[in-house]
Amino acid sequence: MADLITNISKLKLKNPVMTASGTFGFGTEYSDFIDLSKLGGIVVKGITPKPRQGNPYPRMVETASGMLNAVGLQNKGVDYFIEHIYPEISQYNTEIVVNINGGSIEEYCEVASKINNLDKVNAIELNISCPNVKQGGMLFGIHCPSAIAVTKAVRDVYNKTLIVKLSPNVTNIVEFAKAVEDNGADAVSLINTLLGMAINSRTRRPSLSTVTGGLSGPAIKPVALRMVWQVHKAVKIPVIGMGGIMNATDAIEFILAGASAIQIGTANFINPAITVEIVEGINDYLEQNKFKSISDLVGALEC
Amino acid sequence: MKKLIDTLQVIDNKRLNKEFFVLLLQSDKQLPEILPGQFVQVKVEGSPRTFLRRPISVYDVDYSQQSISLLIKIAGDGTRQLSKLIPGEKLNIIYPLGNSFSKPSDNRLLLIGGGTGVAPLLFLGKYLRKQYNIVPEFLLGYRSKDLAIELEKFEEIGKTYITTEDGSLGHKGFVIHHPILFDEKKEINMIYTCGPEVMMKEVAKYANNKNIACEVSLENLMGCGIGACLCCVVDTIDNGNVNTCTEGPIFNTKQLKWQI
Repeated sequence: MADLITNISKLKLKNPVMTASGTFGFGTEYSDFIDLSKLGGIVVKGITPKPRQGNPYPRMVETASGMLNAVGLQNKGVDYFIEHIYPEISQYNTEIVVNINGGSIEEYCEVASKINNLDKVNAIELNISCPNVKQGGMLFGIHCPSAIAVTKAVRDVYNKTLIVKLSPNVTNIVEFAKAVEDNGADAVSLINTLLGMAINSRTRRPSLSTVTGGLSGPAIKPVALRMVWQVHKAVKIPVIGMGGIMNATDAIEFILAGASAIQIGTANFINPAITVEIVEGINDYLEQNKFKSISDLVGALEC
Repeated sequence: MKKLIDTLQVIDNKRLNKEFFVLLLQSDKQLPEILPGQFVQVKVEGSPRTFLRRPISVYDVDYSQQSISLLIKIAGDGTRQLSKLIPGEKLNIIYPLGNSFSKPSDNRLLLIGGGTGVAPLLFLGKYLRKQYNIVPEFLLGYRSKDLAIELEKFEEIGKTYITTEDGSLGHKGFVIHHPILFDEKKEINMIYTCGPEVMMKEVAKYANNKNIACEVSLENLMGCGIGACLCCVVDTIDNGNVNTCTEGPIFNTKQLKWQI
C-alpha cells in the first residue's frame, strides 16, 4: 500500500479522494454501496442559514457526456443540519467538510461561525460558485472584489481549514485563486459547474425551469484540468481538483496537473461505488509506477 | 432495504410491437425482496448521449429463477440501445429502489394503466393476489390495438377492461372515459395508477371527486435514483419538495400539490 495521506493545510485526509458537494447527500445515501470510512473526506450538500426549497422541477437534464442541474441549494438550513444531521455523520470515520452558502456576506458568516463550533468538522468549503441561486452564490465568485470580501469576512469567524470553491465562469480563474489565497483561504477547490443551457425543440421550451443550469460530467473535464493546472502554478496553497472525474485515470490526471486532492461528483450517480474504486485505482497506479507517496505525484506533470 | 449494484445477464429480449419490448434478466445471486412499484436504475453502455442511468419499473419478478423482467418503451437513445440487447449480454442495474404501493385496506381495487405505465401494475396485481388473496381489476389504455401488450397476463390476474384511442380494441377513448368508471353499481375503494402524467391527473381528479383513495406512480427525471442529487423532486403538501426516487415513486394524490 502506497502512502495516500493527503494534507490540505491543517486538514489531514487518509487519501486524496473526496466527494463533491451536492452529489453525495450527507453520505448516508451511499452507505449501502461503500464503506464510507474508506474515503478521504465527504463534502456534504450545501448548507444555507435558512431552509431552502430549491428551484422548481425540472431541475436536471442529461446532455452529451454530462448533465445540467439547477437544484438551487435545496436544504433544511444550518440549524437543522447541526441538530439532526451532524450527530449522525460525525460518527463516520472520515473527514466531514461542510459546504456553506449564503445570499450575503452576513449569511455566509452566520453559517461559518455556527459550523466553527462543531468538533468533528475540520474544514468548510466556501461556495462562491453555485450558478443556480438568484442571490449570492456565483455572484460572489465571478466578481473579484466580492470574492475577496466574503473570503476575508468568513476567515475572521472561522479558524479551521477554509477551502474556497471557485467558479469556472470567469475570464481568468487564476486571478480569483490568487485573490482568495491572499485573503485567508487555506485551499481552493475547482471547478464548480459551468453555466449552460438546454432546449427542448419539441416543446420549444428550455429543458430546465430556470432556463440555465450548471454543467457537470466528463464533458467539462478538459476545462477543469486546464484550470487546475493554471491555478496550481500560480498559488502556494493546495488545490482540490474536480470536474468530470469518472475513474482513477482521470483522478491521476488531475493530481499530475497539480491537485493535492480530488472530488468525485457526477460519477457517483452512475456508479455509487466509484469513490472507493478510485482510491484503489490510485493506489495501484502509485505501486505500479513505483511512487512511495501520493504527494510525489502532485503537480508531477512533465511539460 | 439494502440497495445493490448488480450485473445481470440478459436471458431474453422479447419485442412486443414497434414500441415495446420486455427484457428478462437473471442474477447469479439470490434476488433481494422487490416490492410492487419499485424500480431499477439501468446503465446504458456505449454512447455519450446515454450518460445517466435509466429508471425503469419492475414488470415481474421470479425469485426461483432469480430473474426480473422490465417492460420498456423505446422513447429515446437509451431505451433504443436497450432494445438491441441480445441474450447472453450483461446489464448493470442498481436495485431495488423507491417505495412501493401501499397495502390496500379493502379488496375492491382498480389498477389503471396507460402505455408502459401498465408495467408496475402487472407486478402489483400478482402481488395482491399472492400476498393478500385480493383479485384486482385492471383498466388499461392504449393508443391502438397493436400497442396493447400481453393482455393475457393481466386477464390471468383479474378482469381487464381496455380502452384504445382509435377504438380498435375495447372502449374507444381514454381510460377516464370507460363506462365502468360511471357504473353506479360498481364499487371501487382504491385506485392505483401509472401512466402519462396527464392521464394520472385525470384519474386523480376522478378519484378525488368520488372520494376514492388514489396512489400514483411518478416518472420524474432522475439523476441518481438514490436520493443524493435532489433532481427528481415533486412538490408535496406536507414537506415541500421531496425526492421522487426515495420518498416515491408512489404517492397518494392527497400528498401532491397537483391542480386537480
